[in-house]
Amino acid sequence: MADEITLEVARFRPGEDTEPVLQSYQVPLREQWAVLDGLSYIKDHLDGTLSFRWSCRMGICGSCGMTVNGDPQLSCATFLTDYAPGPIRIEPLHNFPVIRDLVVDIGDFMDKLPTVKPWLVRDVHSPLEEGEYLQTPEELEDYQQYSMCINCMLCYSACPVYALDQDFVGPAAIALAQRYNLDSRDEGADERLAVLSSPEGIWSCTFVGECSAACPKGVDPAGAIQRYKLTAATQAIKGLLMPRSRR
Amino acid sequence: MTTFHDVVVIGGGGAGLRAAIAVAETNPALRVAVVSKVYPMRSHTVSAEGGAAAVAADDDSLDEHAYDTVSGSDWLCDQDAVEAFVAEAPRELLRLEHWGCPWSRQPDGRIAVRAFGGMKKKRTWFAADRTGFHLLHTLFQTALSYSDIVRYDEWYVTKILVDDGRAYGVVAIELATGRIETITASTVIVCTGGCGRVYPFTTNANIKTGDGMALAYRAGAALKDMEFVQYHPTGLPFTGILITEATRAEGGWLLNKDGYRYLQDYDLGTPSPTPVLRSMELGPRDRLSQAFVHEVEKGRTTDTPYGPVVHLDLRHLGAKLIDAKLPFVRELCTNYQNIDPVKELVPVRPVVHYMMGGIHTDIRGATSLEGLYAAGEVACVSINGANRLGSNSLPECLVFGTRAGRAAAVFAGRYRTAVPEAVLAQGRDEERRLSGELARRAEGHERIADIRTEMQTTMENGAGIYRDGDSLAKAEHELAELRLRYQHAAIDDHSTNFNTELIAWLELGFMLDVAESIIACALRREESRGAHQRTDFPARDDDRFLAHSLVRRQPDGTGRVTYLPVTITRWPPGERVYGR
Repeated sequence: MADEITLEVARFRPGEDTEPVLQSYQVPLREQWAVLDGLSYIKDHLDGTLSFRWSCRMGICGSCGMTVNGDPQLSCATFLTDYAPGPIRIEPLHNFPVIRDLVVDIGDFMDKLPTVKPWLVRDVHSPLEEGEYLQTPEELEDYQQYSMCINCMLCYSACPVYALDQDFVGPAAIALAQRYNLDSRDEGADERLAVLSSPEGIWSCTFVGECSAACPKGVDPAGAIQRYKLTAATQAIKGLLMPRSRR
Repeated sequence: MTTFHDVVVIGGGGAGLRAAIAVAETNPALRVAVVSKVYPMRSHTVSAEGGAAAVAADDDSLDEHAYDTVSGSDWLCDQDAVEAFVAEAPRELLRLEHWGCPWSRQPDGRIAVRAFGGMKKKRTWFAADRTGFHLLHTLFQTALSYSDIVRYDEWYVTKILVDDGRAYGVVAIELATGRIETITASTVIVCTGGCGRVYPFTTNANIKTGDGMALAYRAGAALKDMEFVQYHPTGLPFTGILITEATRAEGGWLLNKDGYRYLQDYDLGTPSPTPVLRSMELGPRDRLSQAFVHEVEKGRTTDTPYGPVVHLDLRHLGAKLIDAKLPFVRELCTNYQNIDPVKELVPVRPVVHYMMGGIHTDIRGATSLEGLYAAGEVACVSINGANRLGSNSLPECLVFGTRAGRAAAVFAGRYRTAVPEAVLAQGRDEERRLSGELARRAEGHERIADIRTEMQTTMENGAGIYRDGDSLAKAEHELAELRLRYQHAAIDDHSTNFNTELIAWLELGFMLDVAESIIACALRREESRGAHQRTDFPARDDDRFLAHSLVRRQPDGTGRVTYLPVTITRWPPGERVYGR
């Protein structure tokens, strides 16, 4: 194995650069080193001006999403040796405005997330004195997969629909809406229907499935969207046949 | 620029979000803001794995949870705080359930609990082995439903503003733009978590640089029990990734290089095939990490490029149990160690995990500075004393986050006064200082990473699992030299947009404060208790040191240490007994 590997890192400094430029760095090629370790080596030893986000280094905080050789990846869970002999091209996540170097602006997602009400909605909240809302392991299993979203934005980066239409609510937000819709304790599905069944909701999705392929946590947002389309269609038909009374 | 809120919470993890919600619920008229250097769902609470302790089962009692916590703390906790904690923890975890937390369940739909280290009963609620992740996302998503909670995401606090002994807000930098703002408030709650990054090998995320401890220390608040740093016995070599204690609660064994369950040699009980509570692998973390050091000394560990290791054996648990209850452990071992715990031994070694000490608070979360509150790992109430029990920290974030939020809300409602001009002037001074640093640091010649690495090495060598007077004095001297070099650190990045080098420099300054306070307290505590093991004073000394260390920053920057008696309500100091 060679001692070093080349990282070609996209640099973008607002005010200085009009578009991203690739800058090459040589970093040690070591067993167990993630792409993120290579970037930290650059920051610590070669070039302190390189900016990127990272925190937990164990694939759970969702900070360090980047585009590695064209694919959206968590840089802490993507290893240098898998790309040897290199070079490895590291760019910011696609489909987001770039703030600086590898740092993208996820404000759009943060604004959209509350619109799908990703919290437990109850008509009446029982007092704590009555104990827990019962939920069997099977009921938990129904939504558990969708509760695994770490908000890393890899799915938005991979989504061809979001690339063309930034109004699309997007895979992670829809998966999180489904996470609550499928939770046996939740009663908010009707409230979420308006947003999800809007033109910017599930119907934008053309079921390419890139989101599920990109997800590092096995969430399967594409499956969530397809499953929800069925629910929404059924609801729509029910709505035609049996108009809902006003609350 | 200046903006005003009634309550400013620094940090958006478990304690911070819980505090913010408590403020909103206590007094909806108050304007509450959460200022965090990362998006809240990135906070380090996300990494907690094993679970959250609160009495739930019929065979359990609050007294037993309290006794386990008190004895686990080597009697250094405050027992009034522990009694409040164990009494309120079940309700807080239940509230999380009502907010949607996907707790693991029994077949009948009730909450499931598992065993944990140092606990005599099964009382640890869990969401598989991603408890912190689910707890944090539940809190974050629930907080989204409180549209009045204002968030400053990716804003870095550099200073707590103080006038006449009272906190009045903060100065913070917006990372994306470099904009510096004075955010004034009637009260400030510090919830920034721990400081594991002052050590070289830690489970702690990159963001855990002790910011809140240093901010409060500089503002004049006392820090407490800083010498008590917890080493978790099972981290993956090289990465330091945590392998949860739940692996041992589910039946995992710790083996030395001879395949021998070595904990039986350290007064932790006798081996049995299935886990026995408060025994062997389910002993407390301080004792297990100390046993590892002795195994190294006996030559019974395995050498690796990343230091000596022992092995965690989960093979006998089988794929089914591991996938159901420890799926994240399997994922972490596979991704980061290239090992499948279903079939292979997992190499592990002790790793810096948790700070028992922190900002001195009372039982309501109030610090020694008026208007300043703290909760979570950044604070020291103290329920953890000299050694925290696994799964007590998540409920601590909730119980004391709530308490601090309520107390701060009451204070803010009562003492809503105009911000003094002196505070605004301080804010302007801080804004000028920060703007000036970028220009000034261009002349520097020391690399930030070099100073940071040397500080970490100093701390490991000087104040590790075992310390003595000489190692601590040497560390004190080295930190003083690093402090001088810090003044000459270079910032090559002159951009105002997402300047992570500037943040790294500010974080390093905070870490040096925290490191110095750890050494100052450790040097003066001439006894061994819990996680503070002095080889030159190997015995616990209740006559002299059944007391909290309090360290306050002096005008010359050094720390002055005094002592505060421990509060004992019902459990007089006794021997810590495990496995017998």
